[in-house]
Amino acid sequence: MKLLLGIGGSDDSIRALERAVDRVAETGDDLTVAILRNPASEADPADIEEQARAVLDDAGVSAPVRHLEGDPGSELVELAEREGFDRIVLGGGETSPMGKIKLGGIAEFVLLNSHVSVTLVR
Amino acid sequence: MSGDKVFPDEPAGPFPAPPTTIEDREGRPITVRRYDEALDRDALEAMYAAFDPADRAQGIPPTGERRIADWLDSITGPETVNVVANHGDGVVGHATLVPDEPEGTAELAIFVLQEYQGAGIGTCLIETLLGAGREAGIERVWLTVERWNDPAISLYEKVGFVASDTESFEHEMAIRLA
Repeated sequence: MKLLLGIGGSDDSIRALERAVDRVAETGDDLTVAILRNPASEADPADIEEQARAVLDDAGVSAPVRHLEGDPGSELVELAEREGFDRIVLGGGETSPMGKIKLGGIAEFVLLNSHVSVTLVR
Repeated sequence: MSGDKVFPDEPAGPFPAPPTTIEDREGRPITVRRYDEALDRDALEAMYAAFDPADRAQGIPPTGERRIADWLDSITGPETVNVVANHGDGVVGHATLVPDEPEGTAELAIFVLQEYQGAGIGTCLIETLLGAGREAGIERVWLTVERWNDPAISLYEKVGFVASDTESFEHEMAIRLA
């Protein structure tokens, strides 16, 4: 399966990265990591890339790392559809102090617009 | 999480401190009082075990004994404010304030067992919780609610909450206590 993992530096996106890479290490799926400009995160894209490469190396998984400029949700969906990905993988949201799940803005857009199946990592 | 939240300028209230007692619209005597871990924990777990999963919101209350217990540990811990609604020996409703940043801010949630909904218990629970929260030094309270849940939104508005973010999936509302 051809997976497109979108990460923008939020905590849930980093968790999604770790979980997806662990899974790919087992399944051998074809993974591409897309680094997004998440307006809700102050993480530097270069730092996110460094973090992603470290997680990939630790797991012995090789995957291209790409940078998507512009609106993160629409760029991710467009890339997935244009290049024939089977699935988009994203962080499944943050939890409030109460424990309520709150979807991120990128996940909201992708869920409502993608024609490609979407996995939210919890 | 609340660093970017907008709260009304004027405080709402005053709200009653617990305990409060009402006769609900079904004629049942209901007392809302402070949660007491030793006294109420079992009954509270029983309430959530019986809670209709269709009334869950954003993943809470969780389901299953273990998850319910973990969640209750976290929302009844230090600095939280909790009140329960009793009918006889049973807990039929629960409302909680969980601290958030910055200091003096809390997130609110309220749950009423299905057979007791629509009888005025929610209003009593939430007003009494806000009274207890004010006593505990909480000045700003926020919550989220499903945007289609009109009865809940009406209840929160009646108490004094105002919409603070209506752009995301969840409708966010806020109130100032002081």
